Amino acid sequence: MLALDTATPAVVAGVVELTPAAAVQRSVRVASDARKHAELLMPGVLAACADAGVALRDVDAVVTGIGPGPFTGLRVGMVTAAALGDALDVPVHGVCTLDAIAVGAIAVEAADAEPLLVVTDARRREVYWAAYDAAGRRTSGPHVEAPAALAERIPELGVQAAAGESAHVTGLPVRPPGAPSPAGLVGVAAGELLAGTVPGPLEPLYLRRPDAQEPGGRKRVTANR
Amino acid sequence: MIVLGIETSCDETGVGVVRTERGAVTLLANEVASSVAEHARFGGVVPEVASRAHLQAMVPAVHRALATAGVKGSDVDAVAVTAGPGLTGALLVGVAAAKAYATAWDVPLYGVNHLAAHVAVDTLQHGPLPACLALLVSGGHSSLLDVPDLAGPVTPLGATIDDAAGEAFDKVARLLGLPFPGGPHIDRVAREGDPAAVAFPRGLTGPRDAPFDFSFSGLKTAVARHVEALERAGAAIPVADVAASFQEAVVDVLTMKAVRAAKERGMETLLLGGGVAANSRLRAMAQDRCDAAGIVLRVPRPALCTDNGAMVAALGAHLLDAGAKPSALELPANSSLPVTEVLV
Ligand SMILES: [Zn+2]
Repeated sequence: MLALDTATPAVVAGVVELTPAAAVQRSVRVASDARKHAELLMPGVLAACADAGVALRDVDAVVTGIGPGPFTGLRVGMVTAAALGDALDVPVHGVCTLDAIAVGAIAVEAADAEPLLVVTDARRREVYWAAYDAAGRRTSGPHVEAPAALAERIPELGVQAAAGESAHVTGLPVRPPGAPSPAGLVGVAAGELLAGTVPGPLEPLYLRRPDAQEPGGRKRVTANR
Repeated sequence: MIVLGIETSCDETGVGVVRTERGAVTLLANEVASSVAEHARFGGVVPEVASRAHLQAMVPAVHRALATAGVKGSDVDAVAVTAGPGLTGALLVGVAAAKAYATAWDVPLYGVNHLAAHVAVDTLQHGPLPACLALLVSGGHSSLLDVPDLAGPVTPLGATIDDAAGEAFDKVARLLGLPFPGGPHIDRVAREGDPAAVAFPRGLTGPRDAPFDFSFSGLKTAVARHVEALERAGAAIPVADVAASFQEAVVDVLTMKAVRAAKERGMETLLLGGGVAANSRLRAMAQDRCDAAGIVLRVPRPALCTDNGAMVAALGAHLLDAGAKPSALELPANSSLPVTEVLV
């Protein structure tokens, strides 16, 4: 499996071997530059394949994060995954990026798993977030909100820790990871992948409408008298 | 050799396929998915709306183009993509897709200049292109270029200092209550109007003005003043006359400067490109003035003038034939890529 994600400032690419027992991460390449997703992603994919000793054409499926995440970067990963899947003639599975972070955080905490919040940067002084129970099932979200609005909700969500690059805004104990790992991404889709389910269409989780205003009345160039 | 071209610099998701054989480039497919209808209610292209549409349309457009061309992905010998200029978020979708296809098919990638591609597309219709003067006019650009060779460096002679010509058409159309995009509607209603009804100003045509630059902002304001004066007087707006007079002012300046530039640079060929090159009055006046000056006019058919993938594939094919060095996989999208950079 080839896994990639560009919904956070981390440009993540890796190769994962999936068996019914586990998702074993064979390689991972992470580059952090929120402005250079498109420049860094394909070189990262090739490097990850080389690290794992597999050729791109040996990939059986592609798994990509579908956000939520800042739009421009998010689209780079999604269109890359879609085009690779098309060119290699393999299925492309989209997974919620926050779910993949939660899988990673809960695997780390396996011994004493706890309900968890995953929080990433949505820019414009807002965060993307989702809540998970101790088994890693999403119980709320994904949402986009100001950190203060999220803080008010924390008591009712019953979460005891937070993961994701913006976990610190919650005031909860911060758990790794900050970004999704290839194993986390494949982990979310593991059921579908192992069952051979044909994935649905790849739909990004934008959570916001495009910024655009319909023009009002015409602006006059001459002064009214 | 088969070249696939991807264009996403504005609101058209274009994928073209061409074949190049011993220097002759032929068009096999030109698939365009436009999001123009989604922008109409905003009166202009909304970058985020365009980028979202590109993501949805990209892979299906590649599928349709390959099917129309009757080739398989494994038959493709190179992938070309618009690297700039254009809207950053829109360009990035095409650039990322092109990298993925080129890598998966294990073929070279060419990140090319959108404006140079507007010139190269003419070879698909009219064959090899001699050294020429190119006038590129659309909603996003208004440029005069000296093009000695398709694969070589281009010299910019002039460009708009404010609005692009197509932008002026859109804004005036809105003033006159015509739909977006304005170009085709102005063209249509102007046929019923008198181009000499209103003497609108010809921007930047004074003796001390830059000889090859354009300005359409003052013209747009003059049309607005004219319409508002009529409204204040309670008079009906003669839409056809205003449209025809506005169009005449734009086309007069464009063709006058283009022909003058061709003569000054000793060019025997003038090439029109860009969406505004579909304007019937521009084509007619350019033909008259080129005939009078002994210059050969070349204008691709409208489907090749507007933004499309075939133009990118055509330029990619010429670069491939010229033995140009492919782009690196780190190729960036550059919203303000200078026209002097044909290949990134
Ligand atoms: Zn264009």
